[in-house]
Amino acid sequence: MSVFLAKRFVTFIATLLGATVLTFLALEILPGDPASVILGIDAPQSAVDALRDRLGLDRPILERYFDWLEDIVTLRFGVSYTYSTPVLELVRARLAITFPLAILAMLLSAFVAFGLGVFAASRHNRPGDVTVMGISQLGISVPNFWLALLLILLFAVQLRWFSSGGFPGWHNGVWPAFKALILPAIALATVQGAILARFTRSAVLETMREDYVRTARAKGLSRRATLWRHVLRNAMIPVITIMGLQFANLLAGTIVVEEVFAMPGLGRLILQAISNRDVIVVRDVVLMLAAFVVFINFVVDVLYAVIDPRLKPHDV
Amino acid sequence: MEGQPSIWRRCLAHRSFVAGGSLTGVLVLTALVSLVWTPWNPIKQNLRERLVAPSWEHLLGTDQFGRDIFSIIMAGAQNSITVGVVSVSIGMTFGVALGLWASAKRGWTEELIMRASDFMYAFPAILLAIMLVATLGQGAINAIVAIGIFSIPVFARLTRGAANAIWAREFILAARAAGKGKLRITVEHVLPNIVSVLVVQITIQFALAILAEAALSFLGLGAQPPTPSWGRMLDETRSMIFINPWLAVYPGVAIAISVLGLNLLGDGLRDVIDPRLARKR
Repeated sequence: MSVFLAKRFVTFIATLLGATVLTFLALEILPGDPASVILGIDAPQSAVDALRDRLGLDRPILERYFDWLEDIVTLRFGVSYTYSTPVLELVRARLAITFPLAILAMLLSAFVAFGLGVFAASRHNRPGDVTVMGISQLGISVPNFWLALLLILLFAVQLRWFSSGGFPGWHNGVWPAFKALILPAIALATVQGAILARFTRSAVLETMREDYVRTARAKGLSRRATLWRHVLRNAMIPVITIMGLQFANLLAGTIVVEEVFAMPGLGRLILQAISNRDVIVVRDVVLMLAAFVVFINFVVDVLYAVIDPRLKPHDV
Repeated sequence: MEGQPSIWRRCLAHRSFVAGGSLTGVLVLTALVSLVWTPWNPIKQNLRERLVAPSWEHLLGTDQFGRDIFSIIMAGAQNSITVGVVSVSIGMTFGVALGLWASAKRGWTEELIMRASDFMYAFPAILLAIMLVATLGQGAINAIVAIGIFSIPVFARLTRGAANAIWAREFILAARAAGKGKLRITVEHVLPNIVSVLVVQITIQFALAILAEAALSFLGLGAQPPTPSWGRMLDETRSMIFINPWLAVYPGVAIAISVLGLNLLGDGLRDVIDPRLARKR
């Protein structure tokens, strides 16, 4: 187990480093250089030179990479060119929206998916199962930003239960802020939940075929008790892994859904930075998100090892 | 093989396959027809006929620029199919080659390729696309390339897993005993035996590519005007949903139907190609 953890930790660090190289290189392959990208093609040469100087673009690439790496490790991220604000500060304000949104969507999708998945598995190949699988097939096919638009149409335009977008901020009370997160969370959770429901169903079906389940039934345990005590606990292991992987998609999904609901979260920050050609912000925020995803996957793998003691290093 | 129904029979008896195949057929047919004919010119604006309600003349009405919505949706199918074909081709060409290489070489080559694809897997696809589009500039081609790149690791992993199973088979041993080299065995024996697995993945990646392109175009990072694109249609009609909500409905239905069709087709193909999996699921 400790060998596995050590190995996994090395991979985690290597993946993080890989992410820094990738995001750093993405800026380097620019036609021209970041300074001229930030300022646009019409900018006078003197302004471009001044910015080049400020960004230290004249130094060798390796030196700049390691300087940047040092800045990141010490959490001294760059300064936005358009906002003249440190990236970390920009991110902190926006995380107050994006993070609760992602968590809410995750909880919502897990709640619905577990329920539907277990229900479908317990009615394998019967009408209930077929219906749930049909619905989940539809859920997978619907783009989340379109679902977001439909939710706005129904709940904001027609029924007027929710506002069509924006975010009041947490300082105006928890309920109004929470209320603003509900529709975006549903839009995000539907697709994730549909995928997760299918995984839960097959994991439960798979586990129900195990010998120990038959043994549990043979020793007189009721169907329900077997399901709760033996099947679910074991079926959850692969499902949790999928949830970890899904969190990456969920974070990426917030970029699109926040845009639909005009919520000033991380997604909007990135998109605005792109249209302002504020490449420093794009680079640093993308790296932060990637690092977060890598971290979540690392945690999931460690949890996996803790939950399933049979796990041997070479199985992973 | 006698006594077993032919693969076509099995396909036609499979509900998902038939439903998915029909929907995908409609998508392809729409794209092909729109190449030579659409009811109206999907690009031409006609400001005197803005936001016209559906009628026999304009089946789904017109948008805020007076363009016929039915025609734009038809032409948008071309865009989705192009994106799917090109990006899946990119992903498959590189992914399958890497997977086969890893499987034939084993050792540290395999380790390196697989760790690299694990890494790409961990990196959120849309972030990668946004990075690329942010640096290379907005546009259909950059979006397609970005989508193609993120499907490389999917194909690489799948190919390597399936190919490793084939390499362990006895007919490979026979081929080696006959003096065939690794490259020849890969091309003559391994690749033909994993095609079925790849075909299933192609349909799934195609669906994902359509979704990803729609999302990028919706954000203004994909297809640029005036290229008809379902994602961009949704973006353009967002400000109109209070006036004419239906405008926001049609392109989404088109995306959902295409993706649903491809997903069902993939499910059906998997069951037909590998009946063992069908029973297990």
